[in-house]
Amino acid sequence: MTSTSSAERTQADDYTPAAENLGAVLATGEPPARPSALSASATFAWRAMLKIKHVPEQLFDVTVFPVIMTLMFTYLFGGALAGSTDEYLQYLLPGILVMSVAMITMYTGVGLNTDIEKGVFDRFRTLPIWRPAALVGAVIGDVCRYLMASTVIMVLGLIMGYRPEGGLTGVLAGIGMLLVFSFAFSWIWTMFGLLLRSERSVMGVSMLVLFPMTFLSNVFVDPRTMPAWLQGFVDVNPIANLVAAVRGALGGQWDGSATMWTFVSAGIILAIFGPLTMRIYNRK
Amino acid sequence: MATHAIETSGLVKVFGKTRAVDGIDLSVPEASVYGILGPNGAGKTTFVRMLATLLRPDGGHGTVFGRDIVQDAAGVRSQVSLTGQYASIDEDLTGVENLVLLGRLLGHGKAAAKRRAGELLDAFGLSDAADRQVKNYSGGMRRRIDIAASIISTPRLMFLDEPTTGLDPRSRNQVWDIVRIIVAQGTTVLLTTQYLDEADHLAGRIAVIDRGTVIAEGTPGQLKSSVGAGSVHVRLRDADQRPQAERVLAAELGTEVTFDADPVALTARIAGGESGRGAAEHASKALARLAADGITVDDFSLGQPSLDEVFLALTDRKEVRA
Repeated sequence: MTSTSSAERTQADDYTPAAENLGAVLATGEPPARPSALSASATFAWRAMLKIKHVPEQLFDVTVFPVIMTLMFTYLFGGALAGSTDEYLQYLLPGILVMSVAMITMYTGVGLNTDIEKGVFDRFRTLPIWRPAALVGAVIGDVCRYLMASTVIMVLGLIMGYRPEGGLTGVLAGIGMLLVFSFAFSWIWTMFGLLLRSERSVMGVSMLVLFPMTFLSNVFVDPRTMPAWLQGFVDVNPIANLVAAVRGALGGQWDGSATMWTFVSAGIILAIFGPLTMRIYNRK
Repeated sequence: MATHAIETSGLVKVFGKTRAVDGIDLSVPEASVYGILGPNGAGKTTFVRMLATLLRPDGGHGTVFGRDIVQDAAGVRSQVSLTGQYASIDEDLTGVENLVLLGRLLGHGKAAAKRRAGELLDAFGLSDAADRQVKNYSGGMRRRIDIAASIISTPRLMFLDEPTTGLDPRSRNQVWDIVRIIVAQGTTVLLTTQYLDEADHLAGRIAVIDRGTVIAEGTPGQLKSSVGAGSVHVRLRDADQRPQAERVLAAELGTEVTFDADPVALTARIAGGESGRGAAEHASKALARLAADGITVDDFSLGQPSLDEVFLALTDRKEVRA
């Protein structure tokens, strides 16, 4: 790899700048109008897709990780908690779907932290575009990764014997809700990604928040088996709420209040962490 | 009043206890190359980052084409483009992807952005490398794609932050040629560099920065003459004649003469004339004197004062306003 690229280098460096060529490509006249916020964000999302194309290794966390989570928890707890792994899977799959994607959202912060350290963000920040576009585009790119992880888990679940009573509509609605919530949830990590100095500290903080939020919930067991004080926490935990909504959609038994609270909590998270992130981004 | 590309007064940036930029007043005329010369850590990059709206100043004012860098940051961004010290290009993407990405962000449609990327890659001799990731480019190619990205829409002001640091001489000359062509079309370039040589080749005026302040400002000629015209390096055929040559040169030039590590070589400083032009004249008289005294000179060269010398001279005399 390195030997071929160095050979290519020497051959490609045989270049003499010519005034007529360079002069001709200098644009004259008015530059085009600045792109809309939507178009700029879409361009940055396209950049995220190109990154996946060139660095496919980064798909590891949205493919292998969810597979391990699903297999591990189904066969670990299935027998003990529900008598059989088949029955437990019916309860667990929506939960493990939410948990895996929620865990993966932290890579948004980690990825942004490394990306922003590079010079290219300096250029982005000097462009006359809608300022949040670079971050919004990056998060939209990550939502595509969440979609991949969700698909992997659903397919694996179906192979293992999970049968969603809600049918295709239920599955699409459940995953849709999960993606909307994850888009908002990602801004927490985006903020930490900008705020904290190193990748490692972003990971540390993320784990500290994500472990209690995902485990102290209805992902694995029915909260009615928990002590009252813990039930109190689960009741207000937005992840637990999301699990209830997704479980309802997938199972064909819509949970109206959980669905509503999912959108409300997504809105609140976005309203707090979106502007906070932008404040830090603008001052960096 | 002539239009100025950049005007700053008392610009300050503080990082913790360090005053990285400590009150810089500067005016840069339009359609010229203005050099900011200084060693590492002098505050050059911080100064440029404030003008490029990447950092908020902690004090003072600055305008780019009359637009305030704090109040009208968006207005400034529509006039400038930044070419960073480390290529401000996405290394994971290919050359063409980078240019299409930036073209789209500058408001070009899909087809127009692709066409523009193709034109630029052609003009910069990068067509063959268009579909390779930038991380596999050589240093010179990286700078070229970086500059190409900066002129997708021709900016009125271009920041070139140390464009040739770490490049081989051939690539350095390519970058210099490109800069000259761009400036000839009316773009103003603010060039930061550690190399006097580079500022001398490209810039119409130079500000020398040290510890966050401007310690000298003027044309390259004015700066050089303010520190002396440089030095003459002489190589003798016979090492035994070196002490004699030293006496002759010291007498003729009236300056300090030093022995080089090479036993047949020695260097004499030349006192500066009004414009630095007297150097060759002084040197040739001194060489004639050596010949007349029977000292055989195999080789000689005239050296410009180095940045070190400029610095030593300027920091000795503090405020030299040429």
